[in-house]
Amino acid sequence: MHIVRGSTARHHTHTAMEAPLGARLTLALSIFAFLSLLTTAFSQQIQILNAERRVDLTSHIVRVFLTLKVENTGTAPATEILLAFPPTQVDHLAVVKAQAATGKRKKQTYVPLDVKPTELPDAPNGTKYFIISLLSPLNSGETATLEVLYILTHSLEPFPAEISQSEPQLVYYHDSAIILSPYHIKQQTTFIKTPTAKVESFTRVEPTNRVSTELKYGPYEDRPPYSFSPIIVHFENNNPFAVVEEIVREVEISHWGNLQITEHYKLVHTGARHKGVFSRVDYQSRPSFSGVSSFKHLLARLPPRVHSVYYRDEIGNISSSHLRTDNRKSELEIEPRYPLFGGWKATFVIGYGLPLQDFLFESSDGKRYLNFSFGCPLAETSVDKLTIKVVLPEGSKDPSAVVPFSVEQRLETKYSYLDVVGRTVLVLEKKNLVPEHNSPFQVYYTFNQIFMLAEPLMLVSAFFFFFVACVAYLHIDLSIRK
Amino acid sequence: MADPENAKEATTLRYAFGNVLSFFILLLIGVLAFWIRLFSVIKYESVIHEFDPYFNYRVTQFLTKNGIYDFWNWFDDRTWYPLGRVIGGTVYPGLTLTAGTIWWILNSLNIPLSVETVCVFTAPIFSAFASWATYLLTKEVKGAGAGLTAAALLAMVPSYISRSVAGSYDNEAVAIFALIFTFYLYIKTLNTGSLFYATLNALAYFYMVCSWGGYTFIINLIPMHVLLCIVTGRYSSRLYIAYAPLVVLGTLLAALVPVVGFNAVMTSEHFASFLVFIIIHVVAFVYYIKGILSPKMFKVAVTLVVSVGLVVCCAVMAILIALVASSPTKGWSGRSLSLLDPTYASKYIPIIASVSEHQPPTWPSYFMDINVLAFLVPAGIIACFLPLSDASSFVVLYIVTSVYFSGVMVRLMLVLAPAACVMSGIALSESFSVFTRSIKFQLHGLSGSSQVDSGDASSSTVVAQNDAGKAEKTEDTAKERPSKKSKKKEKGIVDKPSLKAKIERRLLVLPFEASIFAILLLVLLGAFYVVHCVWAAAEAYSAPSIVLTSYSHDGGLHVFDDFREAYAWLSHNTEVDDKVASWWDYGYQTTAMANRTVIVDNNTWNNTHIATVGTAMSSPEKAAWEIFNSLDVKYVLVVFGGLVGYPSDDINKFLWMVRIGGGVFPHIKEPDYLRDGQYRIDSQATPTMLNCLMYKLSYYRFVETDGRGFDRVRQTEIGKKNFKLTHFEEVFTTHHWMVRIYKLKPPRNRIRGKTKKPRSQKTSSTTRTKRSAATKRNPWH
Repeated sequence: MHIVRGSTARHHTHTAMEAPLGARLTLALSIFAFLSLLTTAFSQQIQILNAERRVDLTSHIVRVFLTLKVENTGTAPATEILLAFPPTQVDHLAVVKAQAATGKRKKQTYVPLDVKPTELPDAPNGTKYFIISLLSPLNSGETATLEVLYILTHSLEPFPAEISQSEPQLVYYHDSAIILSPYHIKQQTTFIKTPTAKVESFTRVEPTNRVSTELKYGPYEDRPPYSFSPIIVHFENNNPFAVVEEIVREVEISHWGNLQITEHYKLVHTGARHKGVFSRVDYQSRPSFSGVSSFKHLLARLPPRVHSVYYRDEIGNISSSHLRTDNRKSELEIEPRYPLFGGWKATFVIGYGLPLQDFLFESSDGKRYLNFSFGCPLAETSVDKLTIKVVLPEGSKDPSAVVPFSVEQRLETKYSYLDVVGRTVLVLEKKNLVPEHNSPFQVYYTFNQIFMLAEPLMLVSAFFFFFVACVAYLHIDLSIRK
Repeated sequence: MADPENAKEATTLRYAFGNVLSFFILLLIGVLAFWIRLFSVIKYESVIHEFDPYFNYRVTQFLTKNGIYDFWNWFDDRTWYPLGRVIGGTVYPGLTLTAGTIWWILNSLNIPLSVETVCVFTAPIFSAFASWATYLLTKEVKGAGAGLTAAALLAMVPSYISRSVAGSYDNEAVAIFALIFTFYLYIKTLNTGSLFYATLNALAYFYMVCSWGGYTFIINLIPMHVLLCIVTGRYSSRLYIAYAPLVVLGTLLAALVPVVGFNAVMTSEHFASFLVFIIIHVVAFVYYIKGILSPKMFKVAVTLVVSVGLVVCCAVMAILIALVASSPTKGWSGRSLSLLDPTYASKYIPIIASVSEHQPPTWPSYFMDINVLAFLVPAGIIACFLPLSDASSFVVLYIVTSVYFSGVMVRLMLVLAPAACVMSGIALSESFSVFTRSIKFQLHGLSGSSQVDSGDASSSTVVAQNDAGKAEKTEDTAKERPSKKSKKKEKGIVDKPSLKAKIERRLLVLPFEASIFAILLLVLLGAFYVVHCVWAAAEAYSAPSIVLTSYSHDGGLHVFDDFREAYAWLSHNTEVDDKVASWWDYGYQTTAMANRTVIVDNNTWNNTHIATVGTAMSSPEKAAWEIFNSLDVKYVLVVFGGLVGYPSDDINKFLWMVRIGGGVFPHIKEPDYLRDGQYRIDSQATPTMLNCLMYKLSYYRFVETDGRGFDRVRQTEIGKKNFKLTHFEEVFTTHHWMVRIYKLKPPRNRIRGKTKKPRSQKTSSTTRTKRSAATKRNPWH
């Protein structure tokens, strides 16, 4: 039941320190309550018996686990459940996953459910919806338990926005104490987990209490649809706010047995901006006080059997990296050239080769397919924009991609070593990614083995003609006079 | 030679085999020249080295991105702020155009190499070309054997390796090839008298002019040789063909290069060639007249012409001298003047003297850079006099002049190296042929010396071919012009007259044991040379100087990558238009790697501008801030080696900043920075030194690292330990403190009236007077 989030709420964040929170909250609440009376038409047949929400704020990626126990109170069977998000959250929403718990308590299994964004005509104040399709229709009077995970990026706002080297990093988290839902919720609780016990302030919506790193809102009883109660948590978070602004991954398939991956990164620290002096002597001698929110290590998880790894930027190799390999995974620990403080940027390239047989397979219909992992291999970073370019061998036809989530696709042509017609490049683009997107995707294509010989034959014939020309030159007398 | 048919077939086969063998040897020499320069890539990485190559790399990037026309018109506003620099008109474009063309060809063949890769490998590729050119040159002088030896020596001569390792993307890398190739074409024209080669020679000279300022060496050496030939009575029409087209075409072509332009006819460096051009015409005319007049008439003509000519000459000379004398430097550029007078630069131009490669070399550096060649050169000179031909007199002249020039400036060791290689190649090849001939003669002497002739054939061809040039020419009028293949037959004919020489030489054989021993010694010498060259390539000359490495106690490799750390930081975390001030050494790197505007850079064309930065560095903080602020500088970058012991840091270069600054702004006085003539930064240092900006920026908070501030380069504790900066703030210091970047604090909004507090009365008044003095002398006010 969120209303004027677009104007009021944002305004609210700016005035939070000056105006008393309570007065504004009551005002907002009354507006929400008023509006909720207007828009309750379609959702009356389902109500939520119990909702439990756990918000994990330990890193800069916000993960929210929502457990809903829904009941069909209407007469017709229900096949879909709606999730509502305020529009500001939707922009930062990277993943929404849902699964249904089936079976009894002991041998409970989870079945993933289909989640799709949807539009409703009478959505109040720009509320956005996701629709969960149930496996089997929920008959009248039945209950079901749903587990929902959604992940938000760029949702922690540093305050103060600029800090010096010796200060810790404090951030705001905005949310609602009451779960925004188109349904009536009988009972709900929200737990917010902060990385440390250092919480500067938080909005109280009674009953509220805090035990070390956990804030508990609720339980709240019998809240009407679209109830909303804005809260702000101001806490210390010194985890690296490593955000990849843009990553371009180029996967080049060579049927001679190699898969070459080149990844171009644009990295930025999105935490509180560093201001003033950077003192190396403080940074080196007092690491626990100085630059606590900065980071200098990053971990990239690469596939096993990786070889020829390099890590460089536009001005040369970056020597500070370590590669650990075993037969299940490879870990590449990289250090940017300099420690990254808030607002500092770095660009670099990681490249590596992989054995082709681990990733390229032949499907039953004679097509080949590449099975590779989507997403960014850096641990615990969010990605604003990811582009994967799958460079197929020269002469490949009919490329098609199978990706578990929606992406933008297009085709390009690339000319590489001695290409004549060019290689087909399948470009996949997606915005706002989190590590949860690192799931495999497939690219299918057809390829005739004979094309592999094209380039060696070209070289052979070039040399052949060169030698023929040499022989001819030596045997022809070009002098005019004898 | 009983059966002439059989013998002819055998020699043809020998030639064919010899040619194939030489071809493969040359190929291997090229491969060797290329591979020996890859130590830097293998030990470090494929990266551009040092300072100047970064500028060339940046220009090449611009060229490949924007095309040739934008390149000619490029006004670079990233450097020499606020003056800027016209790149197209002030750069020798040969290297960049070469690399740009290679890149363009590769990319149009769909071989997507990056510009950087092409730039890194340009130098090794051209080293291979240079060794092939050396083969051609030496072959023209003393035959194929000497050619191959000289090529092999040049492929790995340390002096050349030092300038052409992979990544050393500098003008010299292609210029040495152009130099040798121009010389080869000159000698070739001299030997054949062919206009075709003369034209090629002018083109090669054009390429040399495009590539390097050292082209003036060619345009002075060749006239000198021509003059030498005329004086020693060796004038011939071949000499005329070799020289006259080169001067005319070469000067016209050289004037096409924007950086040379009218200098090709206006500066003294080129006057020698014009003078010799006139002389050769006079001589040619005299020879012509001599040919058509009777001896008596000729004498009359000579007296007439000499008397008239003397008057005209005197008049012309007087005008010329007046013209030259009216220019302040007598028409010579500073660098060339310091060539003629080695003490010139250190006396008058500190900026030239401050560059380490402009210093005169030391004796060890000769041994380091040309090694055993230094001992072989005299032998080569002797071999060149047996017999002296036009070609061999040229290489003798070449080595003599280049030895002189290398003694003036360590950089010109590079010009000496090819000459030394040619000479040593001749020496080695000649001595090998003497010793092997002796051995063969002794062996055959035991078994009856009937078949010596065939064994001798190979060594005699060396001489024969040399004579061939002359023989060909004399026969040219009678015979048809020989085609490529008939030339070989001709050599067979020339063999006959040399039979006489052969018999003479048989008397010069050495004892068998001595020959064997001498050959062993020569092989040992060669082996020593190879070992030294490989060591030099691997250890001494492969470091890229922007990355430093050291081995820790447990054998681990520790990398000091501070320069790139700082440049990467600048490029990602400052505004695009921010100006960075540093000493000029780091200008090229800052523009290329950090892409930020610099005040001065390694193209030291404006002494005043450099002096301004030097003055700022040697001024106290407040005055320095004002100078920098007037130049819109936002960041100041200093290189500091005191923490890790990196000796070529700014504190060690500081006296040059004082000298150069003081040369233009007299209030900076060198003695103020010296205590009893000694340069020191410890507690004995002068207050001016301890208060200057360079000292403060280098040692700011340095004492907090170890508690006492021990400088590992100067091996002493610093003089002033705890101080604060008032007008600068530290914004970045690299991991090993090698680069420290400071930001100018913004000026205060209002100046408070009560700045003078009673207790700091004295200091503030002194700074005030200094400041007013500085502002007056600051050219930017």
